Amino acid sequence: MGSISLEHVKKSFGEVQIIPDITLDIKDGEFVVFVGPSGCGKSTLLRLIAGLEDTSGGTILLDGEDMTKAPPARRGLAMVFQSYALYPHMSVRDNIAFPLKMAKAPKEVIDQKVEYAARTLNLGSYLDRRPRALSGGQRQRVAIGRAIVREPKAFLFDEPLSNLDAALRVNMRLEITELHQQLKTTMIYVTHDQVEAMTMADRIVVLNAGNVEQFGSPLELYKKPANRFVAGFIGSPKMNFVDGQEAAKHNAHSIGVRPEHFALNRTATPGVWKGKVTVAELLGSDTFLHVQVEGLGLMTIRADGDETYTHGDDVYLTPDATRIYRFDAAGKAI
Amino acid sequence: MARNVSTPTKVGFTIAAWAVALLLFAPILWTLLTAFKTESEAIASSPTFLPQNFTLENFAAVQERSDYFKHAFNSIVVSVGSTLLGLIIGVPAAWAMAFAPTKRTKDILMWMLSTKMMPAVGVLIPIYLIFRDLRLLDTVHGLTIIMTLINLPIIIWMLYTYFKEIPVDILEAARMDGAELWNEIVHVLVPMAVPGIASTLLLNVILAWNEAFWTITLTSGRAGTLTAFISSFSSPQGLFLAKLSAASLLAIAPILLLGWFSQKQLVRGLTFGAVK
Repeated sequence: MGSISLEHVKKSFGEVQIIPDITLDIKDGEFVVFVGPSGCGKSTLLRLIAGLEDTSGGTILLDGEDMTKAPPARRGLAMVFQSYALYPHMSVRDNIAFPLKMAKAPKEVIDQKVEYAARTLNLGSYLDRRPRALSGGQRQRVAIGRAIVREPKAFLFDEPLSNLDAALRVNMRLEITELHQQLKTTMIYVTHDQVEAMTMADRIVVLNAGNVEQFGSPLELYKKPANRFVAGFIGSPKMNFVDGQEAAKHNAHSIGVRPEHFALNRTATPGVWKGKVTVAELLGSDTFLHVQVEGLGLMTIRADGDETYTHGDDVYLTPDATRIYRFDAAGKAI
Repeated sequence: MARNVSTPTKVGFTIAAWAVALLLFAPILWTLLTAFKTESEAIASSPTFLPQNFTLENFAAVQERSDYFKHAFNSIVVSVGSTLLGLIIGVPAAWAMAFAPTKRTKDILMWMLSTKMMPAVGVLIPIYLIFRDLRLLDTVHGLTIIMTLINLPIIIWMLYTYFKEIPVDILEAARMDGAELWNEIVHVLVPMAVPGIASTLLLNVILAWNEAFWTITLTSGRAGTLTAFISSFSSPQGLFLAKLSAASLLAIAPILLLGWFSQKQLVRGLTFGAVK
């Protein structure tokens, strides 16, 4: 079991309030991603759940049990750090066995579980190496192995892939997702990368300045963003926003259109937005056009990879009327 | 950043380095040579460099007059004992300051260091009286306690700088892995800080070994260490340079050897933090 409930959790460092008031319910077995810009409090929130930081107020329940004041060692959670945080003076085997030794498990049990973790993570041939003799990806696997053997109530991941190169990151992302499907243990994963969030999560918590902006499934966040912040944060490239008169036509303070929700035309069409291509980024499958739209500013458009616009071309944009997001003056979705 | 150095410059630097080294070593060398001379040769108005009548009688005389081995034993007990005691107190203290600092941590560190700036004579009378009342005068354990207290600021400072270099993530990982404080310190922090702890240990053994003020004032016969042993040879019986040299040589020999074999650790200890 591994349900996690936060009730009015608060955190301040001296005068600085990092988390004003957060209430969250994470179900057993869920893969939840905390995502948000740097400094939004997502890592702090994870550390509060882990017990590495003390709360300034509120309650943290693990499986219904109040763990607000419990030390990290007693919470039964496992954490994977961005820096891997392996014990440099121990072999891979001893690193993975450490939590079991701390739990005073018998030697046969330790050997058996280390063996299992090594097999699951393809670490078999590295067991007697020291961490410094491993590559980044292997180190991260050892860190995950160390977490697995504890059979924790939940796994906490603090930006675990940030130190890896792009190709490896995609691989590890898949491995972690597979691991979740295999273990079915609750996982909380912190990242600033919305692509990681979208691809891995059952549900995403979008955080901004210590507040939960929205908590929902990836598609919910994409299709029904609760406010302008979420609309701008989820989706890549970012949503285009328009204020003023054009927005007033839709009875809104501002409107948003995703880059993929435009129809493109080379010939003048009445009543649509006219612009000039400034940069065309050719990705092969897609082409991202950066278009300076008359009177509305710079917009990003996702076009088919076969489109051959170049710098200076005139382009006429028709936003898909059914997919225009409307926001009020406070940024809330209407 | 290889620099091209011309041969004359190299020769010049080599000569200068040797000159400085010999200058520093000269008093020890002179003591060494004098220890093997007869008394009359040692005070001869035209001094000889090498002993003309090589003799070991000074060493015999020294051992006979005041028991060298007893003093050496006391020195070992006091220096090693006070250092170990200091480490037992210092490791948790430095852990707290490095990994759980408060607003006042820096002030406490500075305050601890400032106690080292006070002249020892300033607290001679209170400490003497305390030692008298607690019957600690002229006892090895009393001396060990005072030596621990004197060197504790240095021990904590050194350990603190070493501990600061250890990524806090690793200690947090240990906490997440179910390690209670004790296990975190014993299984993770200490093994990672072994080089730092070793040089702290060495430096403090040397400092305690060489300490003279408190050992001379707080001991008389029983608990005297080697510094007290040498000082007993200096004044009252006129000039016995050869015997004094023999006594000095005996007193510094163990620590000289220890220092020689642990040069690397010591240099690392003294310059740690200067360059990452």
